[in-house]
Amino acid sequence: MLSDALKETLRGKIAQGEHPREHAVDVMLEIQKRCGYMSDEAMEEAATLLGMSPLELEELATFYDHIYREPVGKYVIRVCDSAVCWMHGHLSVVDHLTSLLGIGMGETTPDGLFTVLPVCCLGYCDRAPAMMINQRIFGQLTPEKIDRVIRRLREEASFDEAE
Amino acid sequence: MTRVKLVETPQVLFRNRRPNRIATLEEYRQSGGYEALVKVVGRWSPAEICRCIDESGLKGRGGAGFPASKKWMSVPADGAYPRYIAANADEMEPGTFKDRMLIHVDPHAVIEGMILAGYTISASKGYIFVRPSYESSAAILEQELENARRAGYLGENILGTDFSFDIVVHRSGGRYICGEATALLNALMGKRPNPIKPPPFPTVKGLWDRPTVVNNVETLANVPPILRNGPQWYRNLAETEGSAGTKLYCVSGRVNNPGCFELPMGTRFSEILERYAGGMAPGYAFKAFLPGGASTCFLTKAHYHVAMDFDAVAAAGSRLGTGAVIVFDDRTCLVAAVLNLTEFFARESCGWCTPCREGLPYLRDLLWRIEHGEGKEAFIPMLRSMCKHLWNAYCALAPGAATPVEGLLKHFEDEVREHIIQKRCPFKV
Repeated sequence: MLSDALKETLRGKIAQGEHPREHAVDVMLEIQKRCGYMSDEAMEEAATLLGMSPLELEELATFYDHIYREPVGKYVIRVCDSAVCWMHGHLSVVDHLTSLLGIGMGETTPDGLFTVLPVCCLGYCDRAPAMMINQRIFGQLTPEKIDRVIRRLREEASFDEAE
Repeated sequence: MTRVKLVETPQVLFRNRRPNRIATLEEYRQSGGYEALVKVVGRWSPAEICRCIDESGLKGRGGAGFPASKKWMSVPADGAYPRYIAANADEMEPGTFKDRMLIHVDPHAVIEGMILAGYTISASKGYIFVRPSYESSAAILEQELENARRAGYLGENILGTDFSFDIVVHRSGGRYICGEATALLNALMGKRPNPIKPPPFPTVKGLWDRPTVVNNVETLANVPPILRNGPQWYRNLAETEGSAGTKLYCVSGRVNNPGCFELPMGTRFSEILERYAGGMAPGYAFKAFLPGGASTCFLTKAHYHVAMDFDAVAAAGSRLGTGAVIVFDDRTCLVAAVLNLTEFFARESCGWCTPCREGLPYLRDLLWRIEHGEGKEAFIPMLRSMCKHLWNAYCALAPGAATPVEGLLKHFEDEVREHIIQKRCPFKV
């Protein structure tokens, strides 16, 4: 269930526009920031706030690749597989990441930290091969750089937990 | 981290380019920013602005190359209110990253362009549509919109006139199709972003059935300098007769220095590659390039010196598109490259109309089999005929997806056939 505080934030967001449903994506992104993904329950409550039917919202949730209908890791790693990154060895990035994390594409690590997904062109073709973790871009990837990034995120996560 | 490279030709959109930071409002103003707004708002009629833009020869930078003034003039004089401007910063065309560069260099250029477009069509609200991987661009824009509001350039009674116009940033949930103008409008309204086949055109019935102009952000950023310096000045910036202005060329692929360069419209491909992109990467020879992003036709050694403007690239059999140049080398298999492009389009199809939804996986399957040694000679005419069917789709995604496949068959049919004869990819050792 969405907390009252979150609902209040969402109502404020929706009130900014002329038409409630123009904020549908914003509302779902905001819920995901707090809850990680869009559960069935969250879908129903969000739809009510937006004046839409749950089915209408589902049409959007399943369309956009940044809306998750099932739980994802704390860090969602998106590896670009479009033409320029492909040319610069995106497959070796995928191989390295999946063996480092011990999961396949589309899977989440058992500790709930990482999900790896393929993604279409990120718009960082000048820094290929590239990946995006949550909303940060990492370019000119090498195995060493990937190791460094993953190590740092693991440290950050254990720090967050300790806090 | 923006790498700044020396470009000796006149810089208009990138005149304030600095390493790793945006130009502030003050810096934008010192370089002539918002002078156009002061010059025209409350003084010029929409018709005068359209005439100036028309004479400048400004063509849309989002891919189609449609004259900007004609789009604006297609808003009916008796069209309903409120009217809207939608700035397209969704760029998801593989190879394209100019809109991101532009927003990260000089965000007020986009903002001023949008306000001027709004004034011209009597709009009251503007949306900037930004893709999720450009969150940094969205944050920059929101901050600078606030600065523009405080300075009196945006909001109620702009510069003390009776013109009011405000802009909001709309964050997308992802997907390439949202960059298609009519799909973008559906996305903005919170509907499933399927394209809508015109007519009616968005300039007649767009957002909530009101007149709406959808412009690419690079197109919009060209408007203030044209109004400030005049159409003749703008035309003179171009390298080739009949074209106008400068162009943000994105160069990527097998080159030494990939990047985005502002160069005179019509700069030759050879010059862009050798002088600005640093030539081919060590150990690689040039083979082919896509001149305007993933949905354009390959050009080859025969077109090495082609002038990169709308007309010359069209005459060479391709499209300038977004000006995103992807360079391929002699060791890259173009069947595999086109298979990758087709995968992209098949995945990004919205699935609404049959030619696109069914045709693209069909193309992908044929290409996959050829690349993996299961190809047959009969696949070549099958690919050709399916490409033709894709032109029956509702929007430009499917014809765009067919284009590199057609380019592969037009220029590299021997390479395709070699896969079929050898029953393997000849590039794989």
